[in-house]
Amino acid sequence: MDTSVTIEHVHRDDEGSKLGMWLFIFTELLLFAGLFIVYGVYRYLNPEAFHLAAQQLSVTVGTINTVILLISSATIAMASSAIRLKNKALTLILLATTIIMAVIFMVNKYFEWSAKLEHGFFPSSDILHKLGNGDTLFFGLYFFMTGLHALHIVVGMVLISIVIIRVNKNSLTHENPVLLDNSGLYWHLVDIIWIFLFPLLYLIT
Amino acid sequence: MAQEEVTQSHVSFRDVKGKYTGLFAWIFSTDHKRVGLLYLYSIITFFLTGVVLGIFMKLELMAPGRTVMDAATYNAIFTLHGVIMIFLVVVPGLPAIFGNFMLPIMIGAKDVAFPKLNLLSWWVYALGAIVALSSLFMAGGPPDTGWTFYAPYSFKTNTNMLPAVIGAFILGFSSILTGINFIVTIHRMRAPGMTWFKMPLFPWTLYGTAWIQILATPIVGITLLMIVGERILNIGFFDPALGGDPILYQHLFWIYSHPAVYIMILPAMGAISEIIPTFANKTIFGYKAIVISTLAIAFVGYFVWGHHMFTAGMSGTALYVFSLLTFLVAIPSAIKVFNWVSTLHKASIQLEPPFFWAASFLFVFMVGGLSGLALGALATNVHLHDTAFVVAHFHYIVFGGVGFAFMGAIHYWFPKMWGRMYNTRVATVGWMAFFTGFCFLYTPMFLLGIQGMPRRYYDYVDRFHGLNVVSTVGSWVLFIGLAIIIINLVRGARKGPIAPKDPWGGKTLEWTIDSPPTLENFEEIPVITKGPYDYS
Repeated sequence: MDTSVTIEHVHRDDEGSKLGMWLFIFTELLLFAGLFIVYGVYRYLNPEAFHLAAQQLSVTVGTINTVILLISSATIAMASSAIRLKNKALTLILLATTIIMAVIFMVNKYFEWSAKLEHGFFPSSDILHKLGNGDTLFFGLYFFMTGLHALHIVVGMVLISIVIIRVNKNSLTHENPVLLDNSGLYWHLVDIIWIFLFPLLYLIT
Repeated sequence: MAQEEVTQSHVSFRDVKGKYTGLFAWIFSTDHKRVGLLYLYSIITFFLTGVVLGIFMKLELMAPGRTVMDAATYNAIFTLHGVIMIFLVVVPGLPAIFGNFMLPIMIGAKDVAFPKLNLLSWWVYALGAIVALSSLFMAGGPPDTGWTFYAPYSFKTNTNMLPAVIGAFILGFSSILTGINFIVTIHRMRAPGMTWFKMPLFPWTLYGTAWIQILATPIVGITLLMIVGERILNIGFFDPALGGDPILYQHLFWIYSHPAVYIMILPAMGAISEIIPTFANKTIFGYKAIVISTLAIAFVGYFVWGHHMFTAGMSGTALYVFSLLTFLVAIPSAIKVFNWVSTLHKASIQLEPPFFWAASFLFVFMVGGLSGLALGALATNVHLHDTAFVVAHFHYIVFGGVGFAFMGAIHYWFPKMWGRMYNTRVATVGWMAFFTGFCFLYTPMFLLGIQGMPRRYYDYVDRFHGLNVVSTVGSWVLFIGLAIIIINLVRGARKGPIAPKDPWGGKTLEWTIDSPPTLENFEEIPVITKGPYDYS
């Protein structure tokens, strides 16, 4: 009587995994949707202050970061194709490029944030309170939204690192690329949220 | 040889030896049945905690003025009662326990689509519970805002809000993971031949529930994060002094929390839809109508959140729209009730404990539903808003509806889950005490509310005294009933007679396999040719 195996059948369903990932992405979009609503409401209530406060953000840095994220989205999508072409080296290069892009994004973010902090534009600072409620809310939202987005970047970096390790160990190959595909989907989500954050915070002035 | 094969493949999932033994064999098992039972044991623990807190609340309200505790303790206790019962018990309740255990079996699958994710969701649940309850043991004491965490008080109070709010956020994740898992499972893993309209009704309601879980939970997630931001960074999202809007918080909160009551009630309706045809020995009346009304409730349920805020300050148009939509959502619920009653019409009914629970569910659910319409109407709402009437309505739906369906479900599926039978006579006595206590506990609150007694108040004027005494005594009777039920079930699980495969004469797939099921449920995946309730 052999009862030593807990799970006997190995269930694998790539379509199912992708469906699950898409559903998860919907939940992430909805998470940010709540913030977009709050942003919309306060922009509507404080149009003048939001207009002026947005001019404090550097469009150049924002644009650079947008381009970086778009490129990184392209490289990870190419990695999905590369692994199917059984080109391990190229896959690893493309994944590494994605991570490097993410790091550059975070470095830019760091400088941007520290500049804001230096000028006293941070939640509950006296300078903001003196400027008025609209500015307080704008910078509160700015830090909250970009902060949450940066957190997603970090999660994405961890995910891609796991993929790199597994590709390197040959435990993720052209036969089971679904983890790489799903990480790619997640990375595109991070990208697309930025595509919304960038105009909302930087461009509409 | 044939004999050997039988012994080998008929080992119950409870006796399978895995990598670990003892407790670890449970908390590291990805078997959907073990995960379901893990949820069951944790949820029952929290449920009993919540019940005890509720008993203390009723005890305090037995007489005006101070009875057993001071006002601050009372505030903390009703907040904890709400947080525990909503986030830890009722929201995960039926989907996480019976959904996990029964869904794969009922659709003819060996497990859910993502077994590891399933186990993870229990771990996330346990983490969320620990974080939420840690507020009890920190300086400052447990939160006192009520389970709704209304701004601006939730970031002004000195009690430990952060653990409760972060805990609720983490619990949301667990809910989302379960939802994703169930949707993918239902889409991808139905047995061959089981078309959408050959799927039993409990999986159908889980499907509707799962969609609400993934579409509504993120909104409350971000809202709770904003409360965290308010408390730590003082951002001003909901602080009028900094330009924020507390009403916006209420909107964001109820955009989730109203659909959340459908997360609670839909699987309950599904369980009732399983119990009634089995004990009526009849095909369910209006199968498609029940399916469509399930989806309709899930859909319309998104657009009615404003009825929690009729007196909070909204435009006249918004008031009318939300009121109208609230009436609309009552229609599919009523369709279900008519279908259940029609199923019972001219049936030869088996009078067993699960049926008693289902029948009393119909009663309490109708009282709860109709009193909900009284609250959804604008004119009466102004009078009844924030009174004990709301508490009575809410408990008739959530404790009456979901609680009774839960009790029905556990008595119905008990022989399948533990492979043994409980004493049906004791179970009936327990049900009688519980049902009687329930009616005495909550019916007076309807009257108190109409007379003007506010909810959440620690003290009241003398003319409310009599009905409050009735209510408190009711809570004791209910508690006695609950004790009888639990003792009976525990005894049954340990020493009850061995249950056959199909003790009630049910026709859905779970009654075709062993009690308790083997590790992989089915030796061979069944091929479905008929509808789920085939009594012909």
